[in-house]
Amino acid sequence: MTDEKVITAKALTKKFGDFIAVSSISFEVSKGEIFGFLGANGAGKTTAMRMLCGLSLPTSGEATVAGFDVYKESEKIKKNIGYMSQKFSLYEDLTVKENMRFYGGIYGLTDKRIKEKSQQVLADLHMEAEQNKLVKSLPLGWKQKLAFSVAIFHEPAIVFLDEPTGGVDPVTRREFWEMIYQAAQNGTTVFVTTHYMDEAEYCNRVSIMVDGRIEALDTPTNLKKQFDAASMDEVFLQLARKAVRQE
Amino acid sequence: MKQFFIFVKKEFFHIWRDRRTLLILFGMPIVQVMIFGFALTNEVKNSKIGILDLSKDEATATLSQRISASQYFDLVENLKSSSDIDASFRKGDTKMVIVFPEHFRESLLHSNSVQIQLIADASDPNTATTLINYASAIINDYQDELMGETKLPYTITTQTRMLYNPQQKGAYNFVPGVMAMILMLVCTMMTSIAIVKEKETGTMEVLLVSPLKPIMVILAKAVPYLLLSIINIISILLLSVYVLDVPIAGSLALLMFTSILFIITSLSLGLLISSFTASQQTAMLISLMGLFMPTLLFSGFMFPIENMPLPLQVISNIVPAKWYYYIVKSVMIKGLGIEAIWHEVLILTGMTVFLLTVSIKKYNVRLA
Repeated sequence: MTDEKVITAKALTKKFGDFIAVSSISFEVSKGEIFGFLGANGAGKTTAMRMLCGLSLPTSGEATVAGFDVYKESEKIKKNIGYMSQKFSLYEDLTVKENMRFYGGIYGLTDKRIKEKSQQVLADLHMEAEQNKLVKSLPLGWKQKLAFSVAIFHEPAIVFLDEPTGGVDPVTRREFWEMIYQAAQNGTTVFVTTHYMDEAEYCNRVSIMVDGRIEALDTPTNLKKQFDAASMDEVFLQLARKAVRQE
Repeated sequence: MKQFFIFVKKEFFHIWRDRRTLLILFGMPIVQVMIFGFALTNEVKNSKIGILDLSKDEATATLSQRISASQYFDLVENLKSSSDIDASFRKGDTKMVIVFPEHFRESLLHSNSVQIQLIADASDPNTATTLINYASAIINDYQDELMGETKLPYTITTQTRMLYNPQQKGAYNFVPGVMAMILMLVCTMMTSIAIVKEKETGTMEVLLVSPLKPIMVILAKAVPYLLLSIINIISILLLSVYVLDVPIAGSLALLMFTSILFIITSLSLGLLISSFTASQQTAMLISLMGLFMPTLLFSGFMFPIENMPLPLQVISNIVPAKWYYYIVKSVMIKGLGIEAIWHEVLILTGMTVFLLTVSIKKYNVRLA
């Protein structure tokens, strides 16, 4: 982790009519950091993340991602980020190899690079034997790990993970987080939303959103101290109970 | 451009691996042409008839023989008395009974006038009318022969010519109709489903986060269906020429050009549908209810638009298939050139431009 800031948000706000989905949030994320983005359902996490990914224009405020402005340079942002949605983001009726070929291709990687990278990913995941199998025939845990590998296939500066471990067993989740650490060590910034509080403990820093605002932002250790709590679970519950907004 | 080809390739994988859909895509046109060509025909052939001949003379024998020899009728029963007529119809097979009165030939020769009774089963009025017409025509022919050279003082004879379709084949009517229907179905329904599927599975979001331009995603989705539809047109045309004996009277190039125009119209409609639906089921329902039914009802293919009440006639104008149906009939059946259809081509082009603009605009709006 260095001091170089790859995401900055200042008073970032998004309104849908009268409804303020995201209310003036400000934060910075450093290169190589694992940044946990927590909040109950409907707290505004997804909206905030979409603004950072260039999928949605902010109503007001400022933000840069990988050094590019979210208002004017969303095309450049898109080239420099990876994204894994909470829904499964691979094509089930394509093989493992074809999925990598496709996602590598739309990010403009050369055929040679795609080939090399595919071999490397397959080796890392121990999936050489499955490379020509359809994705739908793989167990969920494998799919999820593959989806993450595909999201960082083009080696983006930042990868956004939207609840990546939903429905996955604890062992696979553990392995998944090892992959996240590996990516962070290689200099990729990880921006992750999750509902699992044990996963929040794995993050370098955590922000907790309540009703569209960031109510807490610090390292897990400091947050626990600040709220006089034994675990992140308690910290989260203390904050989330204050929520007025229902899903 | 390379990204575009990678995307199109991926689309072909999707289509190719979904064998059931593939079968529908290519099987449907063939099955429809066959069904319309051989099963759902409104030509009447080999209708079962009965004859009640009360005079049994030379003239009635000739007439009976001629009627039963024609391909339209199949003489199955020689009735004995008028009480048999009712029974014959009640059995259900008999469509028509011809009754020759007693002393047929004598009356004809001596009093110059005789009546033949044609009794038809009008529970299906169209068939009944057709049968009566066929039978009357045969009888009139016989009468003309008898009269020979002797001319009645005043006779008006009508001479009928059935233009473009002298044998009055049903195929001339439905081949253009089936083409319009299939293209509408394949292009509109399949494209909208293909795009909505990506929304449903979550891959659309990933594509939007990628550097691919939305317009590229949309075009790449549409291209495979454009190609598949062209194959479908070719197979329908081959079937109609070689199996149903419907010739292509006009220019094949013009026919293909207008068909591709209509395919693009249908594709843009599919794009529009996919832009405001979120599930595959909704997209399919809208395509079926909103397009298939109107296409069937308002293209003029099954029901003549001229006979509809004015409000429905007005509505029929916004159905693209109506214009395409007219174009195909003009070019393929009547053999007319561009000068006869430029009006319709212009309307279709206008519709396409409108639909494309609206749907691309809707897509360019970010997902917000």
